[in-house]
Amino acid sequence: MSPTTAFIVDMLVHATPLMIAGLAVAIAFRAGIWNIGADGQFIAGATAAAWVGVSAPATIGWLALPLALVAGAIAGGIWAAIAAWLRSRFGVLEVISTIMLNFIATYSASYLVRGPLQESTHVFPQTDSIVAGARMPILISGTRLHWGFILGLLLAGVTWWVMKYSATGFRIRASGMSPFAARSAGLINVPRVTSGAFIVSGAIAGIAGGVEVCGVTFALYENISPGYGYTAIAVALLAGLNPLGVIGTGILFGALETAASTMQRNAGIPSTTASVIEAVVILAVIAIAQLRSRSRHSVAAT
Amino acid sequence: MTSGTEAFLEGVVRTATPLALAALGETVTERSGIINIGLEGSIIAGALGAVVGATHGGVWAGFFFGAICGLAVAAIFALFAVALRADQIITGTAVTLLALGGTGTLYRLIYGSAGAALNTPTLNATAIPFLSKIPVVGLALFAQPSITYLLYALIPVVSWWMYRTHAGLALRSMGENPAAAIAAGIRGKRVQFTAVLFGGALGGVSGATLVLAQAGTFVEGMSAGRGFIAIAIVVLGRWNPLGTVLAALIFGAASALQFYFQAIGTNLPYQLFLAFPYVLTLIALAATRGRVSAPAALGRQDLEL
Amino acid sequence: MTDVALELASISKSFGRSVALRSASLSARRGTVHAILGENGAGKTTLMRIAFGMLQPDAGTIRVNGETRSFASPSAAIANGIAMVHQHFTLVSAMTVTENVALGGRGLFHPRQARSELLALAKRTGFAIDPDARVENLPAGAQQRVEILKALSHGPRVLILDEPTAILTPAEAEDLLNRARELVNDGGTAILITHKLRDALKFADDITVLRRGVTVWTGRAAETTEDALVSAMLGGERVPAESIRNETSHQSPVSDGEVVISLHDVSVRDALNVERLKAVSLEVRGGEIVGVAAVEGNGQHELLRILAGRIDATSGVVTLPPTVGFIPEDRQRDALIPDLSLRDNVALAGAGARRGVMDWIAIGDRTRSLIGTYDVRARDENVHASTLSGGNQQKLVVGREIEWAHVALVAENPSRGLDIRASAAVRGRIIEARDSGAAVVIYSSDLDEIVSLADRVVVVYAGNVCECGNDYESIGRAMLGVTAP
Repeated sequence: MSPTTAFIVDMLVHATPLMIAGLAVAIAFRAGIWNIGADGQFIAGATAAAWVGVSAPATIGWLALPLALVAGAIAGGIWAAIAAWLRSRFGVLEVISTIMLNFIATYSASYLVRGPLQESTHVFPQTDSIVAGARMPILISGTRLHWGFILGLLLAGVTWWVMKYSATGFRIRASGMSPFAARSAGLINVPRVTSGAFIVSGAIAGIAGGVEVCGVTFALYENISPGYGYTAIAVALLAGLNPLGVIGTGILFGALETAASTMQRNAGIPSTTASVIEAVVILAVIAIAQLRSRSRHSVAAT
Repeated sequence: MTSGTEAFLEGVVRTATPLALAALGETVTERSGIINIGLEGSIIAGALGAVVGATHGGVWAGFFFGAICGLAVAAIFALFAVALRADQIITGTAVTLLALGGTGTLYRLIYGSAGAALNTPTLNATAIPFLSKIPVVGLALFAQPSITYLLYALIPVVSWWMYRTHAGLALRSMGENPAAAIAAGIRGKRVQFTAVLFGGALGGVSGATLVLAQAGTFVEGMSAGRGFIAIAIVVLGRWNPLGTVLAALIFGAASALQFYFQAIGTNLPYQLFLAFPYVLTLIALAATRGRVSAPAALGRQDLEL
Repeated sequence: MTDVALELASISKSFGRSVALRSASLSARRGTVHAILGENGAGKTTLMRIAFGMLQPDAGTIRVNGETRSFASPSAAIANGIAMVHQHFTLVSAMTVTENVALGGRGLFHPRQARSELLALAKRTGFAIDPDARVENLPAGAQQRVEILKALSHGPRVLILDEPTAILTPAEAEDLLNRARELVNDGGTAILITHKLRDALKFADDITVLRRGVTVWTGRAAETTEDALVSAMLGGERVPAESIRNETSHQSPVSDGEVVISLHDVSVRDALNVERLKAVSLEVRGGEIVGVAAVEGNGQHELLRILAGRIDATSGVVTLPPTVGFIPEDRQRDALIPDLSLRDNVALAGAGARRGVMDWIAIGDRTRSLIGTYDVRARDENVHASTLSGGNQQKLVVGREIEWAHVALVAENPSRGLDIRASAAVRGRIIEARDSGAAVVIYSSDLDEIVSLADRVVVVYAGNVCECGNDYESIGRAMLGVTAP
């Protein structure tokens, strides 16, 4: 395999979780929900998928894969539902609650891989490998690139269609842009719509975690997510919260992460530089958006 | 000499100190109508700044440089959130990411790629005569590193400034109704800028405290979400300085409990104790529902100044 | 020394591409009440905000007592003896009256000293107030007094009052304007922004008329007539003079249509468990316009939303048709999503109950026909709602709600902020809806609008609703809670 091919494969493998988690963030942000918790939802999804993947009986064969992914979606959805419930029932800012849930997910996963879910020899902080039936088929033989990437593309397409053409998608967008008008002019049940979008967002982040376990790691490790959920915010924002745009920005950040780890190996540039670049991208995007809307509003003002 | 209870209480105050410093600063910031989620970034920058300052000029240079670094990170936040009126949540998240990544990168560039173990001078506990002899709480409150005493001094000063000066009145009015403040001749953006920078500087001091009064070294990501916990503490403390510090003590207790249980030798897994403060934050936020009195204009970047 | 206290010479101001003021001028003599007259959007408030340092002029000169000044901020204007009472209160509701009046000062804040200074000022000027009350607990009239005391606390020589009577009952308004006259008797100057001819002629010494950002007339109140002012305000526009005085009656005879909306013993409590409506009963028939009058904060906000099915009653029986059109007061916030296209905004009506796929083509067609029928000036249905003028936004909202609901329409201050033509168009559509058999409820803080449109008037006072005669006298008394003799 040529270095270029190797880089492209690595890039797409890296892009897969970012793309799917980016979709999760885009859906929530569209609904006006500041879900900073894609990371925790990712970990919850990865944990559930790993648990199903490890404990699935060999007799069910390939059914283990969809089961693991569904488990990931449910776990991610539940993890988001906690924050959604705290928000609607107690008025707790989802920004704070999702960040807290990220820490709780990290420590819980760390506990599980050293406790109940630890591999059979009880030496390493990880689970056993998932059964063969739970593994993502490889997309291009001889590489690590798996069908999870295609799943990501499909999810992006479906999300795009739902947001643009379905009544539900319109309700989500309207509630996110103006909860007041959505309620008063649209008679939309805004808390229900936004909570629903929040939970779906968590479920998709959970799928991202499941795909990572079933497609790349084949086991749950401590630190299964090197901050994918945070990078996903940059992915979603740079795409302008457009689900199709997330495909492009996901691949871009996949390339960035691949390059960062290559550079750390070869040139000694710390890999943390990648998160600096992500942050700069977010800041640049909001600065441009802000300056642009100012010039537009100064025209419209009377 | 020290009983288990005294050791526990000492631990409560020690772990509460950096939280209280950061939360006190954030209280001022939020009273101006700005929620700075980038506080975490100021704390980690303050921690790295403290290492750099302390290795060159001693402990107090460390605190000073830590404050400057925290302030610098807050200045980036203010540039976007106050000057450009960008969304405060997104900006804050980006600034946190920037500071966590940036400090990691700088640390490895300055001190080697492996992040060589590095020891800084630290602040020893200074017992205050007489006061530290008070039974049960004496040692906990008055045998602490002097940065804790600085915190004690700051509480009344910030309260006084907030409620007994026109500048404090201006701060609070910006958080409640910026249009009213501006119509009364108050320079809104200047007030918010100052409040954010003050919060950032205290965040920096908080990070410096982690290094110079506790760990004695820098570890990547050592802020460990304290900035976010501090924001929860502000809510719990109902946006006033004294309340904030009392709420910080509750969180100090949650963290100290973890050491306490380890010391008495239970075999509960330590990860659950590590998760405990975050769970407590969620419970505490849910429990304050209906009794909160947030500044009315908090987080409203859509209000043009 | 000149006898001109405040002079604004050739002031121009643009916001982006829209011009608010074109070389507008004003000259207010010392010891007089000076009225600035003009319809909504004529530039009255913009001109006065420039005089108060809230906005910077693009060109022109400000002179105070003959000396050229430039104000970078309100604090500079305050330092030059200018104070302004804003139309929309600029009070911090979570603070006490004392704190609000002290706002903008320097150095230390001594609550007790500030309190006694405020009491002295209140006594001197006759504006009674409780200095320790939190502003949020005060009724609108008292908040207005706080606003005025705040302005007077700096000892201004020029006091600008922006539509000060808008939220007051007729009696309160009269009292306030008489006091403004007293304030100028010892050499001060009061500038009164108003769109009411009657107030300008009755209370002012001098009048300046603005139209589309230009000073079109200025002179002594005693030397002009209502008709001269009307033609100045409207220029060559072909608008019947009655419509500015708003005295045309559009009433229809008592409706014998079916009851479309009915409330029976309906009570509403707000989030803080305060009872906003107290066992209210009301029926609205098809083919009638019920006018609602009330002083701000008496429960009319909740009444309208109950009638429109936008909030739920705490107790009682509410009977509504399946759809009720609603034109809320704050259209930018509650009726439209400014950053969505007109088509998407039309799709918003009924979005809550819609299932399946959005038929964007049909919605686009409907939007285009609405734009045509209701004379919405827009390039096409794909432009953002934010690019429309206030009047066109409101025409879109009115059209959307009437077409969507047909049988019932609830409107809250439907012509607020619109110029005369747009107001007339909106009122015309509401009357048409009534004439085609819809049950219509309209609330307006402008009594003229209610008197001219309503077939029947109800007044909301302290959460109670009572029927009253459709004339200023009875409405005014009922708004104050005085029951008819």
